[in-house]
Amino acid sequence: MNFRLKIWRQPNAKSSGKLVDYEAKDISPNTSFLEMLDIVNEDLLARGEEPIAFDSDCREGICGTCALTINGEAHGPDHPGAVCEVYMRKFRDGETIIVEPFRVRSFPVVKDLVVDRSALDRIVQAGGFISARAGSAPEANSIPIPKPDVDLAMEAAACIGCGACAAACPNASAMLFTAAKVSHLALLPQGNPERTSRVLKMVHAMDAEGFGNCTNTYECEAVCPAEISASFIAKLNREYARASLRASVRE
Amino acid sequence: MIGTLDPKIPSGALAGKWNSHKDHARLVSPNNRRKFEIIIVGSGLAGGSAAATLGELGYRAKCFCYQDSPRRAHSIAAQGGINAAKNYQNDGDSVYRLFSDTIKGGDFRSREANVYRLAEVSANIIDQCVAQGVPFAREYGGLLANRSFGGAQVSRTFYARGQTGQQLLLGCYQALCRQIAAGTVQMFPQTEMLDLVVVDGHAKGIITRNLVSGKIDKYAADAVVLATGGYGNVFYLSTNARGCNVTATYRAYKKGALFANPCFTQIHPTCIPHSGEYQSKLTLMSESLRNDGRVWVPKRKEDCGKSPNQIPDNERDYYLERKYPSYGNLSPRDISSRAAKEVCDEGRGVGPGGRGVYLDFADAIKRLGEQTIRERYGNLFEIYEKITGDNAYKVPMRIYPAVHYTMGGLWVDYNLMSNVPGLHVIGEANFADHGANRLGASALMQGLADGYFILPYTLPNYLASQMGKRPSIDHSQFKKAESDIRAKIDNLLKINGKLSLDSIHRELGGLLWEKCGMSRNATGLREALAKIPEVRENFWHNVRVPGDGEDFNQALERAGRVADFLEFAELMCTDALARNESCGAHFRQEHQTPEGEALRDDENFATVFAWEFQGNGQIAPPKLHREPLHFETVHLTQRSYK
Repeated sequence: MNFRLKIWRQPNAKSSGKLVDYEAKDISPNTSFLEMLDIVNEDLLARGEEPIAFDSDCREGICGTCALTINGEAHGPDHPGAVCEVYMRKFRDGETIIVEPFRVRSFPVVKDLVVDRSALDRIVQAGGFISARAGSAPEANSIPIPKPDVDLAMEAAACIGCGACAAACPNASAMLFTAAKVSHLALLPQGNPERTSRVLKMVHAMDAEGFGNCTNTYECEAVCPAEISASFIAKLNREYARASLRASVRE
Repeated sequence: MIGTLDPKIPSGALAGKWNSHKDHARLVSPNNRRKFEIIIVGSGLAGGSAAATLGELGYRAKCFCYQDSPRRAHSIAAQGGINAAKNYQNDGDSVYRLFSDTIKGGDFRSREANVYRLAEVSANIIDQCVAQGVPFAREYGGLLANRSFGGAQVSRTFYARGQTGQQLLLGCYQALCRQIAAGTVQMFPQTEMLDLVVVDGHAKGIITRNLVSGKIDKYAADAVVLATGGYGNVFYLSTNARGCNVTATYRAYKKGALFANPCFTQIHPTCIPHSGEYQSKLTLMSESLRNDGRVWVPKRKEDCGKSPNQIPDNERDYYLERKYPSYGNLSPRDISSRAAKEVCDEGRGVGPGGRGVYLDFADAIKRLGEQTIRERYGNLFEIYEKITGDNAYKVPMRIYPAVHYTMGGLWVDYNLMSNVPGLHVIGEANFADHGANRLGASALMQGLADGYFILPYTLPNYLASQMGKRPSIDHSQFKKAESDIRAKIDNLLKINGKLSLDSIHRELGGLLWEKCGMSRNATGLREALAKIPEVRENFWHNVRVPGDGEDFNQALERAGRVADFLEFAELMCTDALARNESCGAHFRQEHQTPEGEALRDDENFATVFAWEFQGNGQIAPPKLHREPLHFETVHLTQRSYK
């Protein structure tokens, strides 16, 4: 298969970028999208040009490192899945493919297609945890948890932290990311002691990072590689309302 | 420089060693802990749990990782589960049984005392993870669920769908985030360790490169902990993430740390077969699939091209069930992998290139229904379909072995400290617990055992004698290490040849897979040892590393790692040649039983091979040190899974 590529090139965060034309020739349909970019980079290297910078690590859809927008879609055309799980058989021979980084104000471009997503780490640092000191844990079976509760918590916990939700959202909102963590921990009895403070701190951190708000467009859910349901955003809103009320009553 | 290797195993009965060791280890008092700086390199299950726990204890920790976030460490990709001797199923499990399974599974090439301790703390890990909110699978009554996993006759494996590694890592990442927010741990993402700094014989710092800005920095500490994972990517194609590398441990080796059993590499039996030259990695299908899938190939070569559904049952060879009736499809990884290679070598492999065997769920679907299979393995079937385009509910999966885990690593004593005082090594990066073959669901257990429950007791034992001994980064050893690293980077950028990194790395990987892969022999290993220096020469003369060092430069990052693989490969083959026996994953064709199983030579090789770097910058044959292994509790027997 052959493809025409328009790829975003930007030397660093300070300079401006532009789309540059490339060609990918004789690509097997069983090549992954990132392997296709590897091949393009090999060609660039052979011609003495600088290869295209893009992020990837596990290349099996779980680490959340890869982050590309293909033809305007975060992670490309094969949902659910990260862009490392997209195969060239999903494209038409001869197609023109536009490749851009995730476009979110809170994810500044590092170089070409690589963005800085440390804002997501800071949201978790604000409170996305259960304080459990090693050495103090009670016997694991001492608190039975109903299977449906833990299954639902697992649905939320499956988030891979790629940031596609924010990239797909017209408001660049990280609500789905934040909602997934808040819900995962709020659904378990172990998360209960910090339930109120956690959601308040995480939402404040999310706002401070400059992410937008949710206006129910569901683009996040559509591109999420881990199939996190947007209904967790409703759960986040309930948790936030509950926590705000409790906090105000305490004051 | 190094006398006989002393593993510092506490005296006394096996079951009491760890408790008595903890009772007598030196402590650091709470108000002194903040005076100690500890460097942890790696943020996976071992490094992340160690950093979080040491931070919580009040030490000042600095944690480094090459990824853009500690949550992306490759522990995240582990699918199947984590073992623990909880005996929740009332099926006869115990600390002793987990210990003896691990010793036997490792084919008697690991230390009894370490393995017993691992089995002992395994139960604490589950408690800790549940307390952190890890959503392990549960039964309808609300209690934790278990499954049996590769090579075990009890159900002791805890799991979170097919994403156990992800959930355990996120638990540990969240604990780490809490410490980062509390200011006890300082996190350095996208920062790669390029050298270890040794001052007066003690590991007291590292040299790093910031992968975004290219800046070279020096960090001093009272102790250094390496948790940098395994070196499977030396084979180019493996199930490891693209960034996994040997650089931190190899450069520590060049600074005097011993590298133990580097030839012990695990080839995982259930991966998606290789499909073409452009392929950048191999994808694992969790071995839990073998609980319900049946492995087979056609009995006759002529049938290999047929559609599998056209081959009737009596013309199929369920070779694992035939050769190992009591373990069947659940036979340990090394045995299953070699059996797959054998049938493919006989010409009975299926799929492109004849390098694949079927893993068939038709019987399980008939017995349990498609819905149950979907619940158990749905995400794995989806991954399989994405990569191959095939629906495994309708046609059998095709699988083939691939490099997955490395049992070898830096040599450590019972305190997880290397022969270089102050340098501690945990998780896959050390060699300690899995012998010549790791059992399924034991890697996660070891990483977390080391980080949450072992290092926090053994590290203070070292620190207690080190108060006030942290050098300044202006010390001459730091300056020398920094200028060496700058020179090495300049050398890589100066080569300016025509070959791509990948082409050379692929060549090295192919060579190792052929000569030092699933089975090895002296002739092949000697050929590899002759060839590797040529490949390395070619790299240093003809590779092209574009760009410069003061910038985000992914090619430069990879060039440094490939350069280390090119030296490390020689160490692997040297070790494989010196270990003139077969054991576990190390199968020397010269040493096999009449049935073709690994034949150990306990008289000469019930010992750890730990290699010391020689050559003062040049590569010279390394010096061998031995640590004899004593089996006082589990008697040496030939493994039998028949």
